[in-house]
Formats: sequence, structure tokens, C-alpha cells
Amino acid sequence: MLSNLGNFLLLSNVFLSLAIIHSSLRCLKLTGKLIPKIIYQISTLQSTLIIICFFTLVAGFIVSDFSLITVYQNSHTLKPLFYKITGTWGNHEGSLLLWVIILTIFSFLFLVITKNHPKEFRVFTLVIQNILIVGFLFFILFNSNPFSVLSPIPNEGLGLNPILQDPALAIHPPLLYIGFVGSSIYFSAAMASLITNYSQTSFVYSIKNWVLISWCFQSLGILVGSIWAYYELGWGGFWFWDPVENASLLPWFAMTALFHSLIVFEKRGLFYFWVITLCLLTFILSVTGTFLVRSGILNSVHTFASDPARGIYILLFLTLMTFSSIFLLFRKYKKKNYNLNPNSKETFILVNNWFMMFYLITVLLGTVYPIFTDVLTTKKISVGPPFYNTVIIPVVVIFLMMMAIGPKVKWIKERFENLKSYLFILIGSILINFLIIFLFKSYSILLNLIIISAFFLIISSSIDALKSFRNSKINFPRIISHASFGFLVLFIGLNDIFSIEKDYNIKLGEKKSFYNYSIKLQNLKVESFLNYKAVIGELEISNTKNNKKNILKPEIRIYENPQTLTYEAAIKTGFLKDYYLTMSNIDRSDYYNIKFQKKPLMIWIWISVIMVVFGGFLRLFQNAKHN
Amino acid sequence: MKFKLTLIILLLNFNLLSGSEKTVDQNTIHKNLRCLVCQGQSIADSNSDFAQTIKLVVKDLIKDGKTEDEIYSFMADKYGDWIVYNPSFNKTSFLLWSLPYIVFLVGGFIIFTFFRKNKPNQR
Amino acid sequence: MQNIIKILISIIFLFVIGVFFIGLNKDTNYNTNSLVGKKIPNISLEYFDENKFYKKNDFKKNNYTLINFWASWCAPCRIEHPVLIQLSKEKNLKLVGVNFKDKKKQANKFLDDLGDPYDFLTKDEQGKYSVNFGVYGIPESILINKDLTILKKFVGPLSAEDFNSIVAIIN
Repeated sequence: MLSNLGNFLLLSNVFLSLAIIHSSLRCLKLTGKLIPKIIYQISTLQSTLIIICFFTLVAGFIVSDFSLITVYQNSHTLKPLFYKITGTWGNHEGSLLLWVIILTIFSFLFLVITKNHPKEFRVFTLVIQNILIVGFLFFILFNSNPFSVLSPIPNEGLGLNPILQDPALAIHPPLLYIGFVGSSIYFSAAMASLITNYSQTSFVYSIKNWVLISWCFQSLGILVGSIWAYYELGWGGFWFWDPVENASLLPWFAMTALFHSLIVFEKRGLFYFWVITLCLLTFILSVTGTFLVRSGILNSVHTFASDPARGIYILLFLTLMTFSSIFLLFRKYKKKNYNLNPNSKETFILVNNWFMMFYLITVLLGTVYPIFTDVLTTKKISVGPPFYNTVIIPVVVIFLMMMAIGPKVKWIKERFENLKSYLFILIGSILINFLIIFLFKSYSILLNLIIISAFFLIISSSIDALKSFRNSKINFPRIISHASFGFLVLFIGLNDIFSIEKDYNIKLGEKKSFYNYSIKLQNLKVESFLNYKAVIGELEISNTKNNKKNILKPEIRIYENPQTLTYEAAIKTGFLKDYYLTMSNIDRSDYYNIKFQKKPLMIWIWISVIMVVFGGFLRLFQNAKHN
Repeated sequence: MKFKLTLIILLLNFNLLSGSEKTVDQNTIHKNLRCLVCQGQSIADSNSDFAQTIKLVVKDLIKDGKTEDEIYSFMADKYGDWIVYNPSFNKTSFLLWSLPYIVFLVGGFIIFTFFRKNKPNQR
Repeated sequence: MQNIIKILISIIFLFVIGVFFIGLNKDTNYNTNSLVGKKIPNISLEYFDENKFYKKNDFKKNNYTLINFWASWCAPCRIEHPVLIQLSKEKNLKLVGVNFKDKKKQANKFLDDLGDPYDFLTKDEQGKYSVNFGVYGIPESILINKDLTILKKFVGPLSAEDFNSIVAIIN
């Protein structure tokens, strides 16, 4: 019954989208500046039906309707209710439905919010957006239908992967999708703008807040994904440069470059080419990321199960999308010549875009290069963290300095009066770095440079904030975001320098000592839970310097459906540092392998990202108030 | 005066760098080797049988006094380049290492010539 | 100039799509064929029963040697065992068994139950020797010749097809 309802709703949405495309194009021929009411009505119906469709699937998960293949493959009657619900989008088919909802709702919202813009522009945006919707609906209906049925109906489901039963992972897809799926709307708007030769200023005005919203949510989505990886995956890291992580980072670079370009355009009417290209590029990168992750072409710890037909469909969709946008861009974009003074804020934002493109190309190249070597030379190589760290980090050093100086440079032309103050800030940063080395320990040259330039950015922004208090013309969002970014890099750097990691094979009752810590495996017990059995180790960590003791209890969990073994890390999150402990058994032995890590400042890394995003939301709030 | 001050402080920083010698760290090596039987995990993160065997072998190699690079070549020799996460610089991977910088330089060049072109108009 | 850039971008675009398309149809399972064609520098395998080691010279006398990594706790090893028994009858081939991360008692029982095809029996209790041969899972078998050059690697249980290809090579 649910399956019939779901399929009916999906099919209805296909027809509604086609209806919108048809009637929108028709209304262009009509005189009159307004979009006919019927289109609003169809759009409202469209959004309503897709939401109901989504809840139909959720209902299927809640009641454990195993006639639906997706529910059967990804759920189980013993799963806690919360995870039954969030399991709806924790799989390929369900998450595609989430894609379509966001595409549809954004289409509706754009229609409603842009009432003051001319008909042609709005119509074409609607049309392109609905072509995207139809494309995805076809994909769902013909290849990845969450409402496909199974017969005979199984009694029990195959269960959701236990690592996916986590609150952070539950909100990770919705946040991320509002980010990069949301970027579809300014992709469509950019195409419409090219088709209708729309006024550049009005176009920028129409997409400004959409870009900001998608950037904020994309950042939050990436943050939550990292938090999940840290707490759930058991290796103590939060970023592995895994293809799936890279796929979410690529649109982020484009979005960041985009909204900085929007700032330039608003102030000076320049960089329109950047604006249009980045609007198109962001969503193209989003779909490329989806392709890389879901087609099975890459090997990753996060991949959904793969299926070549899936890959072919998405590749086709991607090709058509990219081809039409490149074609339109070449055909319709008119070049404008302008002059730019090198000593101006515009230049610094150009530099920002230049750096963003560098990061983008590096991450993109690293992610897809193994595909190229495999196809062209049949040699398989791996590109992992060492590559990205080596290439990107040195560049970040300079980038942070640019972030500090750029915002304070004047528009159009700068008179370099504050060169002296920069020098003082630089000396201050070097002194603080020196203090860290002196009090604690020394570290590599690269890390030295990172710490120095991070402090340069932080101190610059702080002084900037203090100075602006007198002017009362504070650009809070920028100061908060830039300073927080500086803090982010600083905390990541310090975390890297001061982390301790130790690996031991230990037996019950044994004690190991190192530096000023000692670990003892005090106890081991086996407990049964609702849908798993756990071997819980009780380890006592003693800090021999201050005699503080902590008990951490890592687990080895044995799940039944499907039969999986997971290792739950025991993490003690503290103000200044986290203790991180994982335990695993060694086959055919009574020894257990214990990995102990001390990770300083972890919580501050998360807080820094939240503050960077906060700056974005603040700016959004200011924009709204301004209107 | 300021310049000299900056220079002195810079030197102070770098003097203390001599403290960090390069010892072969098994954790770093484990992180840099791929677990061949897992999906996208390193030897450090994996508890598979294969990972445990490799960890033992790495320990022996370190005891034998091999350097980090020698251990990577040993592994790549036996299992192919895929097992090492840091792509070595050879004719297969040189595009990987050079393209980002080439793009960076080309971008910088474009920006530079853009300003050069417009310079005569500036007053 | 503009047109050159446009053409260049179009070509790059088509090239990338093409590679992705081909890449989709490729097998993502890794094989360690990197060692095929190379010589094994130093063989050192511990006798199963004694504290001695077989060295490479012991194997140079054979025309062909098949080194088979197995264990009593490995189910696919049971499946491939009959193939090994068949191979042990081949004249030009000597079989070396490497008992991988196993216990003597269970290993002996395995061979008692299913037959012992090995001309040389060795053990690798911690699994460390297998790394020298690029082995990452069992069962795995490596075919080498007189010069100790690796001719073929078989990952997974030996099939009838594998049997035929081995026979073809050694004759």
C-alpha cells in the first residue's frame, strides 16, 4: 500500500514538473509581467506531494514495512525508533528522495521570493530547475526506487549498519544537501540569466542570500560529518581526504569564492564572469561528487553499495548538465573590459578566488587521478593524506596572511599606511610562536609557519575589531568568520603538534607506561544489549604528573543483523584535550590491542568551525534586516 | 631596525627546530599504508588480519634500521604502488604533483599580466 | 585566442567524461600482479617440524615450484585442496606448503584428513614471511620457475581453470 502511494506520488511529481515546464514556457508568449497563478498552484502542489512522498517512505521505515526493498535492506524491527526514522536517508534510494525534496522546495521558494524580478528570468530558472527535478525523478523511478517491492515479504530486515546509528550522522545528509543540492537554484538562475541576458546587478541581487544559505549549511554539513568520523569511526582523526569527504569540500571551495565575488560585484560591478562561472561550477561539482561517490568508481570507506548502471545514469546527467552550461556560457557571455588597481580590495578577493581554485584543483585532482592512471595505464596508485597535506598546507600559510590584509585594503585604491602595523603584528605572531616552542616543544618548519600566520590572522582581526568599535562601522560577520578560520587553523596545527599516540598489545591485568601516563587493563566483561553483544574493556589512564585518573571503556560490539564487528572508541572530551581509546581483539590470542591517543584542543576545532558559520548566518541576518 | 628585530626573532624560532630529529615513527608509517582487504582504511585504522601482519613486519623493518622511505619502497615492491598513500614522484604520478602548482602559477601569471596590461592607464 | 580556449576546454571535458565512462566498467578489486615477472631475492621459509630454514638454493633444483599459502581454519583452502592433490602428481612441479598463522595440531589434522600434497612443508606462524611474497589473504599460490622468477599469482582458491593453466605452463 505504501509502495503504491509512493510510486503514485513520484509519478505525479514527474507530471507536475513537466506541467510546470510546459506552462512556464507558454506563459512567456503571453503579454503581462506576472507569472500566471496556475504555475504557483502547480508548484505548491508539487512541493506538497513530494513532502508527502518522503513521509510515506519514513512511515515505511517506522512500521518496518519490509515489502519495500529499501526498508528491507536498511532497517530492522529491533532498531531504535529514532534511527529507524533517520535511516530513511541513510541509504542510496532514500537520500535521492531527499535530493528531490530540496530541489523541489527550493524551486518553489525561489518562485515565491523573487516576485519582483522579471518574468523571463523567473520562468527560465523554474524551467531549468524542473528539468533537474525530472532528471532525478527519472533516475529514482528507473534505477533507484525506494518504493520497489519485494515478494514474498520478508519477516525481518537486513538491518542498518551500526556505525550509521549516530545522531551526528542523522543530521549530516540534510545539512549537506541544503548546501550542495541547494546550489542547484543558483545554477538554474545563472542559466536563466544567460538565456535571458538578464541585468547583472539584478541577478546578483536575486541569488545573494541563496549562496550564503547554501554555504552556511554546506559548512555545517562538513563539520557534522567530521564530528561523526571522529566519534564513530574509531581512528581519532576527523579528516582523511577520503573521496566522499573531498566530494563535499569541492563545492565548498566554489561557494566560498562565489560569495566573495558577489561582494566585489555589489561594491564595484566587477567579476561577473567569476560569479556566473562559479554559480554553474558549484552545482556541477555537487553532481560530480555524487557521481564519484555513488557509482562505485572509487574505493572509499563511506561508499554506498555500488551499481554500474547508477554510475552511467549520473554520468549522462552530469555530461548533459555540464555541456549545456559550458555551451550557454560560451555563447551568451559578453566580455566587459575593465581596469583594476593592484592595490585594491578587489585584487585581494581575486587572489582569494585564485587560491580557492588552487585548493579545488588540488583536491579534485587528488580524488580523480587514480581513476585516470587506472584507465590509461592500468597502474593503480593511491592518493592519500600525505599528498594533500604536502601540497595544500604551505599555500595556506600565505593564504592566511592574505585573509588578514585583504579586508583592510580599501576599495579601488589603497594607500599603504598600515604597513608598519602589519610588521608589528608579524613580530608579535613570531614571538608567540617562539613562546610555544620555548615552553613546550619544537616542531617542523612548516608547522612554525602555519602557527605564525594563523596568529597573524587572529591578531589582525582582533585589532580590526577593536579599532572598529570607535567607528561603529563594524563588519562583524567578516571579522568573526576570518578570525575563527584563523583559530581553526591554529587549533588544528596545535592538535597535530601536541597529539600523542601509542599502540600496545595488552593482557588483562597488565599495565603499560610511557611519557607521563600509564594504562592498565583493569577489567573485561561481556554484556548483551538489544541488538548486539559487547566486550567492554575497562582501562585506567593515570597521569603520573598530577595523579589524575580516568577510566575509559572502549567496546568491541558484535551485531547480529547484519553480522558486523565494530569498535567503539572510548572518548573523554575535555576543555583542553580529549583522551581517545580503542580496543580490538587479536585473533587466536588473549591479548588485546589498545590504541591510546591524547588529542589536545579537539572541542575548540569544532567550535571554530561553528563560529566561522556563525559569521555567515550573521551576515544573512544583516541582509534580511537591510531589506 | 625593525627588519633586524624580525630577523633575530625568526632566527630564534628556527634555532630551536634543531631539537626535532627524524626518528622513524611506526604510527606515521601505519597511517601511510593502505589496508588492502578493507574499504579505504589505512593499516593504522584497521584491525584486520592483514593489517596486523603488516604491523609486525613494519616493526621488524624498523628494528633492522630501515628508513621510512625504504619501508615504503619495500611495501610498494611487494604489493604495488597502491598500498602506499603517498604517491611517489615517478612518471605515472608526476602530473599529479605538478599540475596544482602549474595551475597556481598560470593563475598568478594571468593575474599579473592583467595588471601589467592595464598599468599605463593608471595615474 | 578565445576560440582556442573554448576548444581546449571542450576537449578536456570530453576526455574527462570518456575516462570516467571507461573507469566505471573497470574492476575495482585489486590484484597484486606487481610481483609477476620479478625474481624473488631471498627465500627463507621455516621448516614445519624443525628449527631449520629452507633457503632459495633448495628451490633452484626444481624446474617449477608452486608455493601455496594455506591454513586449517581457512574454508576456501579446503575447497582448493583436491586441486593441490592433483597437482602433486605432476612430474615437473614441486609443491611447497606454507602453513599460515596456524597451530601445529590443527594443521596436521587438516593434512591427515584431506591428504598431504606438499613436497616441502613450512610454517609462517606470525604471517610475516608471506609479506615477502606479496600475499595478503589466504589461500594464495605463487608459481615460480628454476630461476625463482614469479610466473603467476593465484589469489583465492585454485580452480580447475587454474589447474589447467599451471599444467600448461610447466609442460
